[in-house]
Amino acid sequence: MSPTSESQAAAEEPVVEESLVEEVSIDGMCGVY
Amino acid sequence: MKLVEHFQYGLNSPICLTWELTYACNLACVHCLSSSGRRDPRELTTAEAKAVIDELQRMQVFYVNIGGGEPTVRPDFWELVDYAVTHDVGVKFSTNGIKLDEARAAQLAATDYVDVQISLDGATPEVNDHVRGPGSYATAIRALENLAAAGFGKPKISVVVTRQNVDQLDEFKAIADRFGAQLRITRLRPSGRGADVWDELHPTAEQQRQLYDWLVAHGEDVLTGDSFFHLSAYGEALPGLNLCGAGRVVCLIDPVGDVYACPFAIHENFLAGNVRSPGGFEAVWRTSELFAELRRPQTGGACRSCGFYDSCQGGCMAAKFFTGLPLDGPDPECVRGLGEQALAARGPDTVIPKSDVDHSRSAPRNSRGPVPVTIGMRPDRACDENPLAGLKVPVAGR
Amino acid sequence: MSTDGPVFNPELPHRCSPQVALRPEPFGALVYHFGTRRLSFLKTPQLVEVVSGLERHPSVHAAIEAAGVEEAQRPAYLRALAGLAANGTIEERP
Repeated sequence: MSPTSESQAAAEEPVVEESLVEEVSIDGMCGVY
Repeated sequence: MKLVEHFQYGLNSPICLTWELTYACNLACVHCLSSSGRRDPRELTTAEAKAVIDELQRMQVFYVNIGGGEPTVRPDFWELVDYAVTHDVGVKFSTNGIKLDEARAAQLAATDYVDVQISLDGATPEVNDHVRGPGSYATAIRALENLAAAGFGKPKISVVVTRQNVDQLDEFKAIADRFGAQLRITRLRPSGRGADVWDELHPTAEQQRQLYDWLVAHGEDVLTGDSFFHLSAYGEALPGLNLCGAGRVVCLIDPVGDVYACPFAIHENFLAGNVRSPGGFEAVWRTSELFAELRRPQTGGACRSCGFYDSCQGGCMAAKFFTGLPLDGPDPECVRGLGEQALAARGPDTVIPKSDVDHSRSAPRNSRGPVPVTIGMRPDRACDENPLAGLKVPVAGR
Repeated sequence: MSTDGPVFNPELPHRCSPQVALRPEPFGALVYHFGTRRLSFLKTPQLVEVVSGLERHPSVHAAIEAAGVEEAQRPAYLRALAGLAANGTIEERP
């Protein structure tokens, strides 16, 4: 039985679907200057 | 669930938003997404702008990108930036650098929670000034020099990638390194005056590939504002949310308080409301019909059967809209070439939408020096037709 | 992965960093660190409850238990919290 995956919050991309924390760059969304 | 799947439930507040403070500008860049130049007489007052900041604080919008036009030509610009950062709203402002003399640079270096973004569209004066006007390269470089000398930490240099500058990516990086700045490259969209020059300036298919490859190889430190998510179909997705944020995680507040889905979609079809209406910005963000529509899961339309839809999401809504393409079809720069086909298939009766929000100056774009900006001197031209023009009344369901 | 600062010890009392703002969302919460300008999403309401509750409990373990996290999930929660400690979102209470 595989344990629920988590993200190391220091990683910038979502690792696996069940990660509890995801980091997003403040510049990483489309539609702003 | 991937984060982006959570967003379909909407967010209580934007993650980030663009706030154009003024349509006035000392420059007249050929591709200006906001068609700026002349101040609009209905601009938000200082008090109204502060009320918007109060709302953003209450909604916990942590960060705004202030632009325009040229935001620093507003006399109350520095006061508003100060008000924002002392009310829990971080600011990045986007500028051509015209007002960033040594004193202002020193002031900025001493201010917390402010970031500065200098616009530059050529790594050489020739390439840059062709698009932004004579002297604009020198103005930008001077601002960068002043910021570096004052010890301002890591300003951004923001470049709109065009056919003419895509070969200069390494040079842009070198300029950024030289001034201790961070390079940011973004997508040219056919928005505002950009519509008039898009055919001539947007990167070719080959250049798009070149751009993507460069980002993969050298772009670790380079910001993109997630504006190249349509290139994800080439291979690994670039960093970012990889989705259209318009009305979902971001939006635009324009100089007269109009709220649009994003700064590349300044057109009545993407107008969600106005901050002067009852309930202010919060009511617009949370209850506007347009935003509710955008937040519904997108079906993908004609793109749904494409194997790459999951990565490219059908591309940029504004790019499709302003080239007269259907919103449920391919992006004009679809990496599979389907957009080019769609463009070629446009018949003579295809309507290319044009925004009636246009503050361009009639003066030639290559005027030198700052343009004297007057307040409230120009009657609203729309008053010629309708004496109630410009009077904002709440419009249900807009 | 930060190698600076103390190793995460969930036996100790913790709290959200004073430079962090937490904004609840329908699916969890958005967390913004004003100092580092890093933005994180907490993707479950339960994790939000753990993080917000840290300052009221004598240890991270206690906060996790108080939020009703299932035993089987706890290792994942601990790893997530270790990550939040590494990026400055949470810190040991002085």
